[in-house]
Amino acid sequence: MGEEMHDQAGGPMTAAVDIQGVTKRFGDVVAVDNVDLEIADGEFFAMLGPSGCGKTTTLRMIAGLEFPTEGSLKIFGEEVGTLPPNLRPVNTVFQNYALFPHMNVLDNVSFGLRMQGKDKRESAHAAQEMLELVQLGGMAKRKPDQLSGGQQQRVALARALVNKPKVLLLDEPLGALDLKLRQDMQNELKSLQRELGVSFVFVTHDQEEALTMSDRIAVMHDGKLLQVGTAEELYDQPVNRFVADFIGQTNLIDATVFDADMIVLANGTKIRAPNPYPAGDKVAMSLRPESISIGHVDEVPEEFRATSLTGTVSDVIYLGHSHVYTVNVDWMPLEVRTNATPTSIKHEPGSEVAIWWDRRSDWVVPDEGHGA
Amino acid sequence: MAGNAKQLKGNTRWALGLNATLVYVFFYAPIALLILFSFSDDPLVGRWGGFTLDWYRAFGENEEVQSALGVSIRVAIMSTVVSVVLGTMAALALERYRFRGNKFFDALLYLPVIIPDVTMAVMMLLFFTIARNAASTIFGVDVSKGVWSVTVSHIAFSISFVSIVVRARIAGMSEKLEEAAQDLYASRWQAFRYVTLPLILPGIIGGGLLALTLSLDDVVITQFVAGPGSTTLPVYVFGLIRRGVSPLINAVSVVMLAASVLLVLLSLVAQRARGGDVT
Ligand SMILES: Nc1ncnc2c1ncn2[C@@H]1O[C@H](COP(=O)(O)OP(=O)(O)OP(=O)(O)O)[C@@H](O)[C@H]1O
Ligand SMILES: [Mg+2]
Repeated sequence: MGEEMHDQAGGPMTAAVDIQGVTKRFGDVVAVDNVDLEIADGEFFAMLGPSGCGKTTTLRMIAGLEFPTEGSLKIFGEEVGTLPPNLRPVNTVFQNYALFPHMNVLDNVSFGLRMQGKDKRESAHAAQEMLELVQLGGMAKRKPDQLSGGQQQRVALARALVNKPKVLLLDEPLGALDLKLRQDMQNELKSLQRELGVSFVFVTHDQEEALTMSDRIAVMHDGKLLQVGTAEELYDQPVNRFVADFIGQTNLIDATVFDADMIVLANGTKIRAPNPYPAGDKVAMSLRPESISIGHVDEVPEEFRATSLTGTVSDVIYLGHSHVYTVNVDWMPLEVRTNATPTSIKHEPGSEVAIWWDRRSDWVVPDEGHGA
Repeated sequence: MAGNAKQLKGNTRWALGLNATLVYVFFYAPIALLILFSFSDDPLVGRWGGFTLDWYRAFGENEEVQSALGVSIRVAIMSTVVSVVLGTMAALALERYRFRGNKFFDALLYLPVIIPDVTMAVMMLLFFTIARNAASTIFGVDVSKGVWSVTVSHIAFSISFVSIVVRARIAGMSEKLEEAAQDLYASRWQAFRYVTLPLILPGIIGGGLLALTLSLDDVVITQFVAGPGSTTLPVYVFGLIRRGVSPLINAVSVVMLAASVLLVLLSLVAQRARGGDVT
């Protein structure tokens, strides 16, 4: 987050998009609340968050379709605060594509070049080439309403990319596609981005999509930017309860800090959990279901004694490759996920069990940012 | 349901057929008679006196008719052009920009559509009288009613119709398209010229043809605000009737009917067109 970005040679590098202290208000609604964000050149950057958290608004401010109420917004070092969209080196793939219905595919794709004053033949040629790239070479003369959803999606992509933008903004571009097509397009987008080396800023509320496609991800909630990081950072080191809960599945266990190494759970159990918070602070421990082991009460290995609990199995679901247990540890249910191998024992509902985990896999977050 | 419709009992079908026939007769018999008697060689309306084109010849030669026709066409074209421009601008403003009092102006725009013609006519008459008095006391010039006052009145009622038709078209068009155009390096003007305008053009043409028809047809308002030399064709016909009906009226009416039908056909053709491309 705070770190500066550096290029290969190690020198400081101009961010493709540099957002500092940006707030956007619509009347009383604070759509984007004091956001700081840097997006590197050539980065696949995702913005993730629940509906209404301000993703689209942030994207629209980068595009120039909305102007910040406060703060500074730079594109490759140039302040663009209130520059109109047509003067910015960015292009957008809109949520429902927004193809021009009265123009054929070729005219749609060459529109941006024509508006920049390029010659008609030249524009048509470049547009045709871009259509080949997205495998729509044969569709140039069709009208948008004669294309399938996936094809329209590609036209929207070609229409933006033909202008060779320095930053491509995509607002839930795959939202309207069915699952199979969605996965294909995810791969295509990713390889297209690598090939072109352009920064992609990709808005989605599908966390799996964000995790699999992006170099870095920003998690937003209620207009605030909660955390920016790689998929691993977000998953393993969430900054608060909301991010822990929003990215993947987790057990959030309320606790109080005992010292830098220990926390106390609600039932008085002391658990080994290294943390930077002062003693007595209310915190929550995030424990991923798949990092918990389960076994008989007397089976807890010596080194995991300080990171174990006992409880009763209340439910078990078999998923083929794994068992998902619900274990009641006297004050709350926890989810535990274990690999199901032919040799693994299944613990039936009602059995007394112990659960334990490596102390590096629990993670303490401050007791704030409830939600989701 | 469709199956049922096909299997209607014999007499139901017969009744429906009769009904349809009666409706068509009711609609079209007067028109047929009008057209027929415009070719009748008998100065009494409604009596067949053999085929003649005299009434059409009279229509072409009668100077009063010709001058009324000229006034009608001039007023119609001028008021249509102005009301199309103003009405489209009003539609764009109301549909695309949120401003204080938006709702109020919205309601205001519909008023001329629901105000009775006579009320509108009295309003306009009052307006022109006051304007004339004001002009003569302040500037010392005499602006008596004439073609200009008729045109202004027609503009006043046509704007509403144009903007209602155009607004329907704008409302059906996503704002995202204009944003997409601007994102693709179009200036505001270019976005309007190459995206908005082609997409709302059928609405503009439809509204324009409506304005043209309304202007060509209007009697009540025109009669109130007309001055010397600004008699339009419908007002002239109305006057003729008071002096006694002659088959000349039939001929004039047939010509007006033909013009209206032509306008409607044109508007249908326009609605089908999808607008142009970037050139
Ligand atoms: N033009 C506007 N006028 C008023 N409020 C707005 C406007 N645009 C957005 N908002 C509000 O700002 C907040 C953020 O909206 P935004 O569209 O950025 O959310 P989002 O994260 O893109 O959500 P989604 O995932 O549903 O698309 C919402 O509360 C929304 O109602
Ligand atoms: Mg959105």
